[in-house]
Amino acid sequence: MQWEIVIGLEVHAQLSTHSKIFSGASTAYGAPPNTQACVIDLALPGVLPVLNKGAVERAIKFGLAVGAKINSPSIFARKNYFYPDLPKGYQISQYELPVVQGGSIVIQADGVDKSIRLTRAHLEEDAGKSLHEDFHGMSGIDLNRAGTPLLEIVSEPDLRSSIEAVAYAKTLHALVRWIGICDGNMQEGSFRCDANVSVRPRGSDKLGTRCEIKNLNSFRFLERAIDYEARRQIETLEDGGTIRQETRLYDASKDETRTMRSKEDANDYRYFPDPDLLPLEISSGWIEQIQSTLPELPQARCNRYVTEFKLSAYDAGVLTSSRETADYFETTVKQLPTQAKLCANWIMGEINGQLNKDGIEINDCPISSAQLAALLTRISDGTISGKTAKTVFESMWNGELDKDADAVIAAKGLKQISDDSAIEKLVDEVLAANAQQVTDYRNGKEKAFNSLIGQIMKATQGKANPAQVNTILKKKLTG
Amino acid sequence: MTLSVNDVKRIADLAYIEINDSEATETLDQLSGIFNLIESMQAVDTTEVEPMSHAQNVFQRLREDEITETDQHALYQSIAPQVEADLYLVPQVIE
Amino acid sequence: MFNDSLKQLSDQLSAKKISSTELTSDFLRRIKQLNPEYNAFITINEEMSLAQAQTADKMIAAGQAGPLTGIPIAQKDIFCAKGWLTTCGSKMLSNFISPYDAGVIERFNQAGAVNIGKTNMDEFAMGSSNETSFFGSVKNPWDPAAVPGGSSGGAACAVAARLAPAATGTDTGGSIRQPAALCGISGIKPTYGLVSRYGMIAFASSLDQAGPMAKSAEDLTLLLNVMTGFDARDSTSLQRETEDYGRDLQKPLNGLRIGLPKEYFAAGMSNDVASAVDKALDEYRKLGAQTVEISLPNAPLSIPVYYVLAPAEASSNLSRFDGVRYGYRAESYSDLADMYRKTRAQGFGAEVKRRILIGTYVLSHGYYDAYYIKAQKLRRLIAQDFTDAYRQCDLIMGPTTPTVAFNLGEKSGDPIQMYLSDIYTSAANLTGMPAMSIPIGFGDKNRPIGLHIIGNYFKEAHLLNAAHQYQLVTNWHLQSPI
Repeated sequence: MQWEIVIGLEVHAQLSTHSKIFSGASTAYGAPPNTQACVIDLALPGVLPVLNKGAVERAIKFGLAVGAKINSPSIFARKNYFYPDLPKGYQISQYELPVVQGGSIVIQADGVDKSIRLTRAHLEEDAGKSLHEDFHGMSGIDLNRAGTPLLEIVSEPDLRSSIEAVAYAKTLHALVRWIGICDGNMQEGSFRCDANVSVRPRGSDKLGTRCEIKNLNSFRFLERAIDYEARRQIETLEDGGTIRQETRLYDASKDETRTMRSKEDANDYRYFPDPDLLPLEISSGWIEQIQSTLPELPQARCNRYVTEFKLSAYDAGVLTSSRETADYFETTVKQLPTQAKLCANWIMGEINGQLNKDGIEINDCPISSAQLAALLTRISDGTISGKTAKTVFESMWNGELDKDADAVIAAKGLKQISDDSAIEKLVDEVLAANAQQVTDYRNGKEKAFNSLIGQIMKATQGKANPAQVNTILKKKLTG
Repeated sequence: MTLSVNDVKRIADLAYIEINDSEATETLDQLSGIFNLIESMQAVDTTEVEPMSHAQNVFQRLREDEITETDQHALYQSIAPQVEADLYLVPQVIE
Repeated sequence: MFNDSLKQLSDQLSAKKISSTELTSDFLRRIKQLNPEYNAFITINEEMSLAQAQTADKMIAAGQAGPLTGIPIAQKDIFCAKGWLTTCGSKMLSNFISPYDAGVIERFNQAGAVNIGKTNMDEFAMGSSNETSFFGSVKNPWDPAAVPGGSSGGAACAVAARLAPAATGTDTGGSIRQPAALCGISGIKPTYGLVSRYGMIAFASSLDQAGPMAKSAEDLTLLLNVMTGFDARDSTSLQRETEDYGRDLQKPLNGLRIGLPKEYFAAGMSNDVASAVDKALDEYRKLGAQTVEISLPNAPLSIPVYYVLAPAEASSNLSRFDGVRYGYRAESYSDLADMYRKTRAQGFGAEVKRRILIGTYVLSHGYYDAYYIKAQKLRRLIAQDFTDAYRQCDLIMGPTTPTVAFNLGEKSGDPIQMYLSDIYTSAANLTGMPAMSIPIGFGDKNRPIGLHIIGNYFKEAHLLNAAHQYQLVTNWHLQSPI
């Protein structure tokens, strides 16, 4: 039988606010335990939540970026369950009437555009952390993270492969960073995925029983967990078994998923509207104001690069994979408006290559877009060849001479020789010294031509303009 | 509606309150009486009525995104049952 | 002095006839002497009270005194007060020293009032007799065999027995008004949202509202002026212009239309209460008011609706008591879940557990719509009844309680009978409207009777005006059991 894999993702994006969603405690990562847990985060008797405007703004921003409906009023609800990292014994979340309803995201998988529908995105608070180092057989609870604002983004089951799931997660990841609502740091848990996976016979329109795989905090784990889980479900069904609805954990070390809890053990969360929080009104004026601060979105920018700069769809896609890269490209190309392709090639090639090699982000790129533009200008005006430019680039990357391309070219004497009479003189000298090869060439040995070019370039330490050398040499030999 | 001892035990389990058999039986009697009283609600037709969650018909006020709290963990942990290395200690959490 | 009004005490303080330190010491001495008998206070902290009194004396000397500066106030043990044991009447918090101040406590502190002690109460404010307190029941000063009412039983007892000039209470279903009635004092539950709930340990968040308890309506106005006001830390706190709740005290009652709900004058009210209410209404007619019969058809459902909504919210509000970060933790347990279950089984008393179970059940899967949503719909119908009634009348009056104080132990084994003590009071919490109780005489066994006065949203000044005018021509509020 042919099987179809059906996947929906729930992504928890930590919103980049300074303070927590319901308290004035800091959300900064990495503070010593419990130093950022105030009376509200600790759920002391009598404390009350007050909603952070910044968290709501970010949720609205997301909703607008995915073309969703912004609900007003929107309602906060309590999700009741006991866990030591959940101080109130309930999580403030949203159930009916989340801030963001619907919307969609376009992904590219196997070179094809596909629109993935979103169900909703709601605001909620994060829990603390249980540390399992051995405290005489006990666990330690750190509540610094408790109350950190999260946007839970839920997709419809529109994804059909782990590749699509990863493409969706990456697009979403780029989007939340692009619009500045989440830093996307997956190591710090700022962007976490749960995957709902089911399989069904190809052609069927009925959904199979799904399993939810929790807390996938890298794209690689997401892909492997889905692949494993789909294989497990297909094998189970092909062996005549049935799939139990359950929550599973992915064990990266064994590359497998295992049961965490079955549906029967699932908690009865007793959702109800939080009586401490009144309905949230989101006025059209507020929405318009946020809309006006929304940057040009990746999809729109990608399309513009194709029409405005005549880049290929692939190049435009790579350059708009993050807002920082796209901004870097645009400030570079602004200084070289006729050389968009040259700028694109250098950013995708040399810049990205060096960034990867050094393991840094484009924000920390040691060469500014202005410095890169200065270098590329020297290629386009013929001062240096593309090959020489790579040498200059390397010096600049290493911080030599204030990363000034012209200074590096001058100091290293890399300026191209483009003076016809100077080149002619050089050619004459080389021809005089290599009479045999001249004869060979004239007798039809084409290879001798390249050898002569090599001699000329060597004599100028590669600085002679290769095109000019070529033309002049040809003229002398045939003339 | 009729409650059973098992219902009482299930609710106590959800509420994380230990309850033994005799307590459950006693609680069942009391809860049954209370739910009989509560059942009188069902006599009124409320099909068209909007539920009322809050006494005042007003919207939520929002806080500016500012850090207003400082570290006071020593004070807060001075009243905790068990603390070590600035962490609240609980019996092993098993996931 | 113990019988003096707040105004009289304030005048003596500003005239330097007495210092706050002396006044505070006098009340502390009286508490020491009489509290063992009444059990009105859970915590007395002389050192902290006297320190506040000294601060107040400095304020007075510096000419910075307000109407409550230097005056001892008994604080219900539901308000978190920094450095004070704050138990909420529960074993669960029997070791909880609050690291922060409630909004109400802050406002009294700023006004220069002295916290004279934390008063006894039903555990987590769940009860109508003060018998559910982990710290023992409180005696009614009019009759030691009787309950003082609840949940603010310690507060009502303290004021009635003159252990404090005034007290704070909280009211979720009648917890200020019912004990005020049973102890023969005055008490008001303001409109929901006027007094900050920050730092007031939550029972049912959408119903809880703090208010003052004192001898007279005039005293209540001074207390309300301090207690009310916007607090940004409470999302349900209302932003309104500051008002003087005593501004209308002297207004005559000519033309006042008093609504008498026929549902509240039906069977269930005892004869002594009925006749006292009738006499009080006669007094109001003499003062120029007229009475009109009104109907609140859904009001009789207040009790079932209340006993769905309040436990539902409470079951969630009380989930934070788990023995992890503060409070009681069971001594022995086998694992994490066992620690939770034993901590909560041992830390909560029977009534609290009962309400948590009711609340958990009505919110659980499959029952939510039939109970919780149904109750919220009826809540709207009840509120609508009151709004409609105010087209025909300015204020609504009736008995605060169906009977005078019952005996200690009389209803403690019968939760339903106990719940019915709030039959007239809980509607004001469901609607969020202001309501108060004032003493209007004595009934069976010479136990006090209260008149319930309910008004539309933000009509506190009007309620207090009506109460004060009555108190100008009667002296029930001046009577003291000792």
